[in-house]
Amino acid sequence: MLELKNVSTRYGAISALTDVSFSVAKGEIATLIGSNGAGKSTTLRSIMGLAQPHAGEVLFEGKKINRMPTHRIAALGIALVPEGRAVFANLTVLENLELGGYLQKDSKQLKKDLEHVYVLFPRLKERLLQMAGTLSGGEQQMLAIGRALMAHPRLLLLDEPSLGLAPLVVQAIFDAIAVINKEGTTVLLVEQNANLALRRSQNAYVLETGRITMRGTSTELARDPRVKEAYLGE
Amino acid sequence: MESFLQQLINGISLGSIYALVALGYTMVYGVLRLINFAHGDIYMLGAYFGYYLSRLIQGRTPSHLLDAAVVMFLSMLGCALVGIVMERLAYRPVRRASRLTLLIIAIGVSLLIEYSSQVIFGADPKFFPQLIPETQIHMGGLILTNQQIIVLFTALALMVLLNLFIYRTRTGKAMRAVSFNLDAAKLMGINTDQIIALTFALGSALAAAGGILVSINIPGIDPLMGVMTGLKAFVAAVLGGIGNIFGAVLGGLILGLAEVMVSGYGSSTYRDAIAFLILIAILLFKPSGILGKGQVEKV
Ligand SMILES: Nc1ncnc2c1ncn2[C@@H]1O[C@H](COP(=O)(O)OP(=O)(O)O)[C@@H](O)[C@H]1O
Ligand SMILES: [Mg+2]
Repeated sequence: MLELKNVSTRYGAISALTDVSFSVAKGEIATLIGSNGAGKSTTLRSIMGLAQPHAGEVLFEGKKINRMPTHRIAALGIALVPEGRAVFANLTVLENLELGGYLQKDSKQLKKDLEHVYVLFPRLKERLLQMAGTLSGGEQQMLAIGRALMAHPRLLLLDEPSLGLAPLVVQAIFDAIAVINKEGTTVLLVEQNANLALRRSQNAYVLETGRITMRGTSTELARDPRVKEAYLGE
Repeated sequence: MESFLQQLINGISLGSIYALVALGYTMVYGVLRLINFAHGDIYMLGAYFGYYLSRLIQGRTPSHLLDAAVVMFLSMLGCALVGIVMERLAYRPVRRASRLTLLIIAIGVSLLIEYSSQVIFGADPKFFPQLIPETQIHMGGLILTNQQIIVLFTALALMVLLNLFIYRTRTGKAMRAVSFNLDAAKLMGINTDQIIALTFALGSALAAAGGILVSINIPGIDPLMGVMTGLKAFVAAVLGGIGNIFGAVLGGLILGLAEVMVSGYGSSTYRDAIAFLILIAILLFKPSGILGKGQVEKV
């Protein structure tokens, strides 16, 4: 469904990704783990066109999408829940969700989509007219995911959804991700919390200073001594 | 008391013009974090477009009011196009450039418009045709002109319309999203380049309306008329909190009232100084402006 071929991205003179290749198969949850500064966010930004790779290709359902503007990539069916959520703090929860469905012109469908999000995250329904900036961190994460779902993405990219959240909230978020995946959305999950990510995914890639250094099924990687030492703290 | 009321009305009337122009500064700043110093010149172009359009249209429609409305609408449309072209040619290619580069480009665009206007329109002032014959209206002890009333209501109506657009439409929502977080807006599938162009168009149209409304009251127009008004409207935007729509309206009204009160009760010599006193005071005491929050942005 998604394939990166030898993608290299830099910020000015600083090289953030070098020759990154991996793929995500339809229906799975794949994860990209790595420590802070490894280039995980840059990978997602390169997929969405928010960062421009200077070499390599990004293919979505066989179609080359690098060099396309971000809003067109979004329209193809990829949604990104950015690191730090990036909810529109000065807009209401409802307006945030409506913006997620910006490309949906059919107002009946929009209503249905909203209902779907409320089922997944009932907390949001209680706070519809509240400014998004006044939500707790966990609620903002729910809103960011709900907003992404409003666009009916076939591929959902999540950038550190567990960041800064209490364990119970993280649990709830990951349960919701599992439901979203069961309902047919392919997921690429980026995490620093490798333990959690490997338990919740089928395939995994390890990113170190801009390069993919290990790959395999999540169970394999969770048993790999190098992964254990570097990322699982064992 | 009556003279105070009279001053109040004059102040609100002047303030609503500043507010119209300030809105353009604040909206563009909202989406691009750019102070578009050429914005005052769009106001001037609005007046000039109005001048030439008046000569074509005056007397061709059934009423004076309709004459004025058609002139204003077409001039707003013309300036909206100028705004779009300006964004496309001058600002879009340097979107990622440093703030200093943007600032220098904005000043360059401003000078380009001012001096090419002197060449095209002539440097001498022109007399804006009287689209609506003046009649005086006595209300109690107050003397108002029909023109003042029209100006005031048109300005207020435009602000209400803008507000409805920004807070009640899908595109307005997209504009608020762009202004809050450009990248996140793109992720929603919003074509942010279009929204930015639209922001320039709307801001420019409002400035054009300001230029025409002023010329209806004070008919002398010249190619540098946008410099002082532009600066004052900028001060109004900063006073209210740049980037904040309500702030621009509030700042405009405060500035208009302050100017009128100073020249009414003090000395008209200081009229133009008041804007700059206000600017210095905000920069010293509350750089984010009355309604502004968050960090102070250095231009
Ligand atoms: N906007 C930027 N400008 C310059 N360097 C950046 C920028 N964003 C990230 N980087 C650098 O690129 C590298 C990868 O960053 P990032 O993708 O954010 O890592 P991660 O998400 O894995 O923590 C880091 O060295 C970081 O400092
Ligand atoms: Mg990151």
